Amino acid sequence: MLENFFDEMHEQNGEVREPYNTYAGWLHSTELEELVRCHEQADLIFRRVGITFNVYGADGGVERLIPFDIVPRIISAKEWDIIERGVIQRVKALNAFLHDVYHDQAILKSGLIPPDLVLTNEAFRPEMLGLNIPHNVYSHISGIDIVRVDSETFYVLEDNARTPSGVSYMLENRQAMMRLFPDLFAKHRVAPVSHYPELLLQTLASVAPRGNSMPTIVLMTPGQYNSAYFEHAFLAQEMGIELVEGQDLFVDEGYVYMRTTRGPQRVDVIYRRIDDDFLDPLAFRPDSALGVPGLLSAYRMGNVAICNAIGGGIADDKAIYTYMPDIIKFYLSQEPILKNVPTYNLRRKDDLAYALENMEQLVVKEVHGSGGYGMLVGPASTKKQVAEFRAKVKADPSNFIAQPTLCLSTCPTFVDSGIAPRHVDLRPFVLSGRETRVVPGGLTRVAMEKGSLVVNSSQGGGTKDTWILES
Amino acid sequence: MRIQIRHETHFVLEKAARRALQYLRLTPRNDSNQRVGNWTITGPEQLTRWIDGFGNIVYFAAENTDHDDLKIIVEGEVETKETNGVLPLDDGLPPGMFVRPTALTKSSKELDKFADQFASSLQKEGELSFLHTVMNELAQEVEYASGESTVTCSAAEVFDHKKGVCQDFAHLFIAICHHHNVPSRYVSGYITGGAGEPASHAWAESYVQGLGWVSFDPANLQCATESYVRLAIGYDYATAAPIVGVRTGGQGEKMSVTVQVLSQSQS
Repeated sequence: MLENFFDEMHEQNGEVREPYNTYAGWLHSTELEELVRCHEQADLIFRRVGITFNVYGADGGVERLIPFDIVPRIISAKEWDIIERGVIQRVKALNAFLHDVYHDQAILKSGLIPPDLVLTNEAFRPEMLGLNIPHNVYSHISGIDIVRVDSETFYVLEDNARTPSGVSYMLENRQAMMRLFPDLFAKHRVAPVSHYPELLLQTLASVAPRGNSMPTIVLMTPGQYNSAYFEHAFLAQEMGIELVEGQDLFVDEGYVYMRTTRGPQRVDVIYRRIDDDFLDPLAFRPDSALGVPGLLSAYRMGNVAICNAIGGGIADDKAIYTYMPDIIKFYLSQEPILKNVPTYNLRRKDDLAYALENMEQLVVKEVHGSGGYGMLVGPASTKKQVAEFRAKVKADPSNFIAQPTLCLSTCPTFVDSGIAPRHVDLRPFVLSGRETRVVPGGLTRVAMEKGSLVVNSSQGGGTKDTWILES
Repeated sequence: MRIQIRHETHFVLEKAARRALQYLRLTPRNDSNQRVGNWTITGPEQLTRWIDGFGNIVYFAAENTDHDDLKIIVEGEVETKETNGVLPLDDGLPPGMFVRPTALTKSSKELDKFADQFASSLQKEGELSFLHTVMNELAQEVEYASGESTVTCSAAEVFDHKKGVCQDFAHLFIAICHHHNVPSRYVSGYITGGAGEPASHAWAESYVQGLGWVSFDPANLQCATESYVRLAIGYDYATAAPIVGVRTGGQGEKMSVTVQVLSQSQS
């Protein structure tokens, strides 16, 4: 066990934690050879299913398997209750914030958030000003990244309100686990996650323009070279909706249509997995060949829903993140259920001075960065890397935030040397339409290298099945 | 002043295109300085009206059949009021959003250095005086010359060459104002009489505390008068452009523009 880290399975004194009681017994009585066999079989299953992930900048071909770990992350009903209420609260606040930002801007007028932080932010989209969208929901699918540091404390590491990916792993990992370990599922009451595509479809349908009860919904992908293309195809298939690219859609007199073999078909809801910049070449990047010319006009006329809405990036901006506890209190008049990681806002002089002084101990992130790119994990970096990052921060402090290096909890993980603790996080997926819901589970990401705290799949992280035990 | 406008944009292609799709920001809106009457827009097969986030009236124009010739004609009448360039206090857009540089209004070290000289004017004499100074000094520094820049030139690039047309002057003016954190935005429209040819034009608006938006036309060294008709506003040329389009197929595009602006002073 790694020293001084909270472990999901074992207490510091070696005792097994309650959610793992049954599983630990099974694990200890299972031969290593048997685990090796299961691990190999899992690899085969995933190769057959074809789950791959494109890694930018990686050598040896763009497609590869994300490492899957056969040891589940197990969470008790009591623990899940906190997480579930916490992420739903958070997403409700995010949506209220987005609606406010593109309408009255009460939170800016109140002085709670410096107006320029929002108004001059690149993620602030003037295209959204004054536009009303169904149920005032902007982030229909949100991925809230959570880390745990002790038995009681969960921190929200970041909010993803644009196009969070990874839910296909939540679903496929469960399928694989059920095939590999049917006996374990007989011994545990694991809450099901397989209804996620159905809930997603209901969510998308609930935001159709003018309350249309039989909407045509499509999933719009940038295409097969996108890192999450597998997930796009998978979700479209699971929901029974068309997977389309920009060229399959066109706008006619303010409505969006899909080209089909039987002629044009009106589209009501677009679940897009493509960035704002590429949606409509007439409104955003003119060089984009991926988008649909005229889409913004149909959207602003209220004739099509775009999920997630344009302009949601202002809510998952890392500089806005520092204000999330205030945002929750402002819109919901509630205390935040989940904590924010203490964050140094490098726009502030004191915080900046502290961060520059103590960079070796801190995690420093670019405000607009994602996927583990453009960040520094101080304790795991060389002096040269720290010095380079210090120079970057000095040049443009407001482009960065800094956080203490968290003691991410560990979970037993199958590695070359057998079973060993590795650091994990958790991304539950929150669905917002007429209602705000979350399936009991999520994507547990695991840093496969010993001591590593970076769990992003683009940085070589793996995944685990996440079990929420029913009470 | 009553201003009559006829603005025709004519695209001729050597090889026919299969399809052309455009956003047209060619329809002036009513505000406290201008009343718009009998405004028509004709040409493309299909026209769908919508309002963008800046409040501009936009048409989505679609030409869905093969064509080697496309005309867009707008005409109508606008009645303007002389307000010494001052606009209504509140048009619903927070001024604070107009200090963000875009690809076209981004500055450079050289331009920042040039902008620095106005700091004392802003501090000692206030925003209005500062804005007039910027307008005047800019006209001294940069030469008005057509054919020396394109619509994709940034303020920084234009400042390097020291030559440009009205939209370049507007971008430069905006960039300098942003450097001093004075909210400023881009306006496209028409101008009649006075300085320059009666034609499509572009200028800038800056936000002055207590007064509201005030227009500055650095290409003509004046605040907008009753000779100005506002068409659209935005961060820059790209967000307020009169015509943005994409085309499928087609080659060898030639565009000609004729603008007739007739004015008569009101009795």
